[in-house]
Amino acid sequence: MSTLSSRAPGWLPKWLHGRAELGMVALLGAAGGLVLLDATRLDAPYSQADPLGPRALPIVVGTMLVVCAVALAVDVLRGGHGEAEEGEDVDLTSPTEWRVVLPLLAAFVANIVLIDRLGWVLSGAILFWGTSWALGSRRYLRDVAISLAMSLATFYGFYSGLGIHLPAGVLEGVL
Amino acid sequence: MDVLSSLMDGFATAATPGNLLWALVGVLLGTAVGVLPGLGPAMTVALLLPATYALEPTSAFIMFAGIYYGGMYGGSTTSILLNTPGESSSVVTAIEGNKMAKAGRAAQALATAAIGSFVAGTIGTMLLVFTAPVMVDFAVSLGSPSYLAIMVLALLAVTAVLGRSRLRGFCALALGLTVGLVGLDPATAQPRLTFGQAQLADGLDVVVVAVAIFAVGEALWVAAHLRRTSGQVIPVGQPWMGKEDWKRSWKPWLRGTALGFPFGALPAGGAEIPTFLSYVTEKRLTKHPEEFGKGAIEGVAGPEAANNASAAGTLVPLLSLGLPTNATAAVMLAAFSHYNIQTGPLLFDKEPQLVWGLIASLFIGNLLLVLINLPLAPAWSRLLQIPRPYLYAGIVFFASLGAYAVNLQSFDLTILLVLGVLGFAMRRFGLPVLPLILGAILGPRIEEQLRRSFQLSNGDVSGLVNEPVAVVVYAIVALVLAWPLVRRLLPRGAVVAEQPEREREAAGVG
Repeated sequence: MSTLSSRAPGWLPKWLHGRAELGMVALLGAAGGLVLLDATRLDAPYSQADPLGPRALPIVVGTMLVVCAVALAVDVLRGGHGEAEEGEDVDLTSPTEWRVVLPLLAAFVANIVLIDRLGWVLSGAILFWGTSWALGSRRYLRDVAISLAMSLATFYGFYSGLGIHLPAGVLEGVL
Repeated sequence: MDVLSSLMDGFATAATPGNLLWALVGVLLGTAVGVLPGLGPAMTVALLLPATYALEPTSAFIMFAGIYYGGMYGGSTTSILLNTPGESSSVVTAIEGNKMAKAGRAAQALATAAIGSFVAGTIGTMLLVFTAPVMVDFAVSLGSPSYLAIMVLALLAVTAVLGRSRLRGFCALALGLTVGLVGLDPATAQPRLTFGQAQLADGLDVVVVAVAIFAVGEALWVAAHLRRTSGQVIPVGQPWMGKEDWKRSWKPWLRGTALGFPFGALPAGGAEIPTFLSYVTEKRLTKHPEEFGKGAIEGVAGPEAANNASAAGTLVPLLSLGLPTNATAAVMLAAFSHYNIQTGPLLFDKEPQLVWGLIASLFIGNLLLVLINLPLAPAWSRLLQIPRPYLYAGIVFFASLGAYAVNLQSFDLTILLVLGVLGFAMRRFGLPVLPLILGAILGPRIEEQLRRSFQLSNGDVSGLVNEPVAVVVYAIVALVLAWPLVRRLLPRGAVVAEQPEREREAAGVG
């Protein structure tokens, strides 16, 4: 699994090489700070019915996040690393392919932005097509046909089978 | 409470034509989705949950029972025909099952898995019928401090016992508890961690969290490391077993069941430990030791039975205490909450029709599974050849659809994306996802019981330990937490048996 963290840009200080896990440390630390900050903002007057108040658990969780961040930082800097998850279709010997992940994320974001404007049928089809394109499918005609079939089938399936009315968007009246 | 007459009432509920149809749909959908590579039972249940929302609760849970067992069965088909399973509970099945398939005995491996699952599922559900009411009688006597202690134990056990790194388990748990904090504080109605977003006031929907972490996180993770050469799927005909196979299978089925059920019912028990123990047991007891490592049928029959029996065992704490012990149960608990149904001891009194209908449909689902899956196995195996771009595009597509359909808000898709990226990062850096899911669902419940305990004791800390059960459970918690220290003090030879993880890997290689 060491191959995962082999490529590091040259401008990084040497002690950071292969230590991408410190990003997780930063996330935990930031989350901890945020939870603690949010807790101080809460109003906690003493009440007989609720002696503990709304602040107690956020303080515990925030502290736990900060402690975890520190412990993880120590572990990573001493050379510890988490083992990446294996799976049926996962090849851990290859480095992270951002050229696949980023287009996939773009397709996801497109759906978020478009779903209420274009409606599910078009937006969902864009999501499916974009994701399969990102993952390397290049049979354009078949890809588009499957994408549209999927979103149409789910639109009508949810409408008649489950009584859930997905947005029709620009195709309002056509569908 | 007469158990058998309640069960008969349950069958009366479950066996109406409409509900039978939902059970059938559940079994088919559960198996079809469970067979797909990369989709384990928990993810199957989370993805298919929105499909049950339009039904009334009893039918929904009957369909759910089918999805649950179907998803489990589908996973073992994948591991036998494709090897390298994603789901930890079917890792052991793959060891011998895939070897059998490669040796041309895929039909027998699938048959012993299907029939073993049926046997174990039926016995396990029978045990559930008789143990759940006993647990309920015990649980009604428990007060808030004991509930609090039991939930703390469940969280810490999952975090500290499973997974390779306890530190990373606690990191995941802390993140899960944070997710659980989001929303209005139930007692004072003050917003916590909502950042002024009105849509966050109700908190994060656990189903959206589960779909994001399991499905979107998995799709992103696979996308980053997609295997260009797909694994070899072994073609299979009609599953069947000869007389010799039956003779070698029935004892492992029963032993696997005996191991699986109690582990399933324990916090952090899950299916991993009993399936592994079953494998080791069968390896020791077999009359054909030379076949182990080359495809011994006992090595499929035992672990598969253990896997399914533990699934039934999981339902005991879930239904009687409202306590999920694995990811699938956590998602099911979220489903109960969605229908405003409180799981726990009162469930059997308040919703007898639903509970017994659910239990009866577990029996029915099990029977349907074995009837359907034996003839349909060739069709399922064709699902394994689905092109990977379509498979993962489909996962992202249905995850988005499910998350969106709950409230019809694109905001939920943003949450799905953010948590999906978190799920990706967790896979990359080896943070286990289970503590996060359990933390997110149990966090609010723990806070409720914690504050109630303090309320009952007028703010005195001793209120946390004024019930004997709570004291005993905290002692166990202390033991779980102190275990690595204790282990260090023991002589080296004494602790080898406590490391199934490493032995299992050794078994996988050998």
